Amino acid sequence: MRQIDATAITEAVKELAMAANYQLGEDVIAALRRGAEEEESPAGREIFRQLLENARIASKERYPLCQDCGLTVVFAELGQEVHIVGGDFTEAIQEGVRQGYAQGYLRKSLCHPLTRQNTGDNTPAVVHTEIVPGDRLKLTVVPKGGGSENMSRVFMLKPAQGWPGIKEAVVTTVREAGPNPCPPVIVGVGIGGTLEQAALLAKKALLRELGRPNPDPQLAGLEAELLQAVNDLGIGPQGLGGRFTALEVHLLIQPCHIASLPVGVNLQCHAARHKETVL
Amino acid sequence: MSKTVKLVPPLTDEEVTALEMGDQVLISGVLYTARDAAHQRLVDLLAAGRELPVDLSGQILYYVGPSPARPGRVIGAAGPTTASRMDTYTPALLAVGLKAMIGKGKRSPEVIAALVQYKAVYLGATGGAGALLAQRIKKAEVVAFPELGPEAVHRLEVEDFPAIVVNDCLGRDLYEEGVRRFARSAGVTR
Ligand code: SF4
Repeated sequence: MRQIDATAITEAVKELAMAANYQLGEDVIAALRRGAEEEESPAGREIFRQLLENARIASKERYPLCQDCGLTVVFAELGQEVHIVGGDFTEAIQEGVRQGYAQGYLRKSLCHPLTRQNTGDNTPAVVHTEIVPGDRLKLTVVPKGGGSENMSRVFMLKPAQGWPGIKEAVVTTVREAGPNPCPPVIVGVGIGGTLEQAALLAKKALLRELGRPNPDPQLAGLEAELLQAVNDLGIGPQGLGGRFTALEVHLLIQPCHIASLPVGVNLQCHAARHKETVL
Repeated sequence: MSKTVKLVPPLTDEEVTALEMGDQVLISGVLYTARDAAHQRLVDLLAAGRELPVDLSGQILYYVGPSPARPGRVIGAAGPTTASRMDTYTPALLAVGLKAMIGKGKRSPEVIAALVQYKAVYLGATGGAGALLAQRIKKAEVVAFPELGPEAVHRLEVEDFPAIVVNDCLGRDLYEEGVRRFARSAGVTR
């Protein structure tokens, strides 16, 4: 049994929450650069330039990339040979979020769903824990903005609707979202499983590095087809019209019930923040 | 053809009606901030026949909920928030002379009609450019409803704050027309 101290988890989550909010991934920056060159709309190119400048200032001056520092989603892959000592595993993660948002001058954006009273420290984070082989703990911290999460959907399609139905679901979601999720977006699509699993797959799909093709060539082809359909809408950067509505579409699939075809569509704004570490 | 226009509030009707959908604007001077809770208060005061704590005539409202400022800094990240949440309150504020609003995302048909009626515009700032926009804010102070904390009405002093005219006084909507210009399909589903 390998031991990991709860305080090490808190420390890691705290650092990841801050780093994710200040530093846009190199993969996203590369995608924005491509947009700044290839976007046909002049207003759209100007937006790409602003976003690149924004990323530069945020990382250099430790400003959050966006004032919406998100609801913090944490993916934990816990090796089954790890023994957590010195505290409660879930609470250690929550404490990391609490400290990261306080010490990092990040906006606290969580409230009671009915009274709307702010919880004051951006907790509780939404934590997804998976037990995996090995003696490591992988933590991925994903601050998820409200604007793009609000425009995300789950569809329970009929199996007969098949691929055309899935494509329609994705295009409808992006079209109805319009400017609200701060395009250019990344579209995470989860197909299969159950209601909640399709949504979770869609969110996990967002974590794949941009510019890295889907390892399954068939899915890679479907992703390209969806990207084309979404970009044909012409919504463009910030919804002002243009070629780049989405930077990429990412797919994850898993088997579902013979009677179902669940499809989750999770929209991610260009402030695609996630940072990971392995303890 | 879209143009770049420098704006210094308070704005006159002539300045506002000269703005066209797609124009880039650079604002210098004062902006007032307000989100949902502040809007509710402002509209409640108007409904009660009371005076507003700030004179909005000719002014620009910025829909923003910044992140906390680090010590020694004016403000934290300060990009626009979704404007549609303010839609129900907006016509009442336009009626007392508000001339422009800055936010992100679409406005309701009621707001677009009120912009025509009262000669006002809706400006879009880049959503998610919070660090960049913060650099253009030189001063920030609370001027009304301090009990609302970060949602209090702030008076910002800005320099060359960039935005684009989304809805002009003629009822045009860049979110509709810009997209139409680039759409290659009405969407596979229409
Ligand atoms: S959708 Fe993303 S970029 Fe836009 S305001 Fe929300 S967090 Fe920021």
